[in-house]
Amino acid sequence: MTVDKNMNILIVDDYKTMLRIINNLLRQLGFVNIDEATDGTMALDLFNKKKYGLVISDWNMEPMSGLDLLKNVRALNDNQSVPFIMVTAESKTENVVAAKQAGVNNYIIKPFNADTLKTKITAVLGEF
Amino acid sequence: MSSTEKPAIGRDKVVEIISSVIRKVEEAGDTSREAIYKELKDLRSLIEETRRDISSARMGDIGGKHIPTATDELDAVVLATEVATESIMDACDSLSAQAGKLSADDNQAVMNDVTKILEACSFQDITGQRITKVVRSLKTIDEKVSRLLEILEDKIPGLPSTEEQDNRSADAKLMNGPQLPDKAVSQADIDKLLADLF
Repeated sequence: MTVDKNMNILIVDDYKTMLRIINNLLRQLGFVNIDEATDGTMALDLFNKKKYGLVISDWNMEPMSGLDLLKNVRALNDNQSVPFIMVTAESKTENVVAAKQAGVNNYIIKPFNADTLKTKITAVLGEF
Repeated sequence: MSSTEKPAIGRDKVVEIISSVIRKVEEAGDTSREAIYKELKDLRSLIEETRRDISSARMGDIGGKHIPTATDELDAVVLATEVATESIMDACDSLSAQAGKLSADDNQAVMNDVTKILEACSFQDITGQRITKVVRSLKTIDEKVSRLLEILEDKIPGLPSTEEQDNRSADAKLMNGPQLPDKAVSQADIDKLLADLF
């Protein structure tokens, strides 16, 4: 499977620092079309305007959590299969199980490094 | 227990005195009014002492002063680390742009280090989440103490309030740590003050 590095990627986090870090790391991996959302509502608005090839979202956000965002995305007809990676400090087993049940494709524990991000994206999208 | 430390006044002590009074009233035949009066006086002293102890604990200050101060300081920590992290990442962006002018090997070496700095910057997100949890815990403590205070004031109306004494030395009173941003005096203000003084 060939990974299109021009695909639209959406990153969602209520911490601007994390958005910037993930954005930088993705650019270093060669991805160029990256959108940012600071909450779930903003993310869903963007979904109505664009087709995304990958979503990377934080869990711990208010008022809509990353898990709720995932459930909402999976409920959208056109986005039921979009790869969704949860990036979070929530590392309890029940969190991972809940995310899996909601349809997450992979799960990254904060803090993480560039290698981990690349490994997880590869696991979801294939080698690039 | 040190010689200056007062023994704790327990519920048992109050019950013991009341029981003693009741016994003496019941056995009024061989108990003088003076003895009953003395027991009741002791009981009143005990209640007064308890009220003073509750008052000196200044529980109202926990919610009124200490917890708001603590949460403001923690908010300032989050803000300061966010500003610092933004500056570090600005410098990383600048380094990345400059690295493009280097040879391929040197460019890669610089970019590897830039990546490590960016990875380390994620501390701001983690510390922010941890501090948010601490603030939530403080607010829970605040609610519970306030509730306890309401109950005590209901049971023991008219609790006297006491002014908190600052017993620190003169030098120690000057050491209050960093000022919160909205209360901080600027370098320009300090310069002006020094110029006015000398």
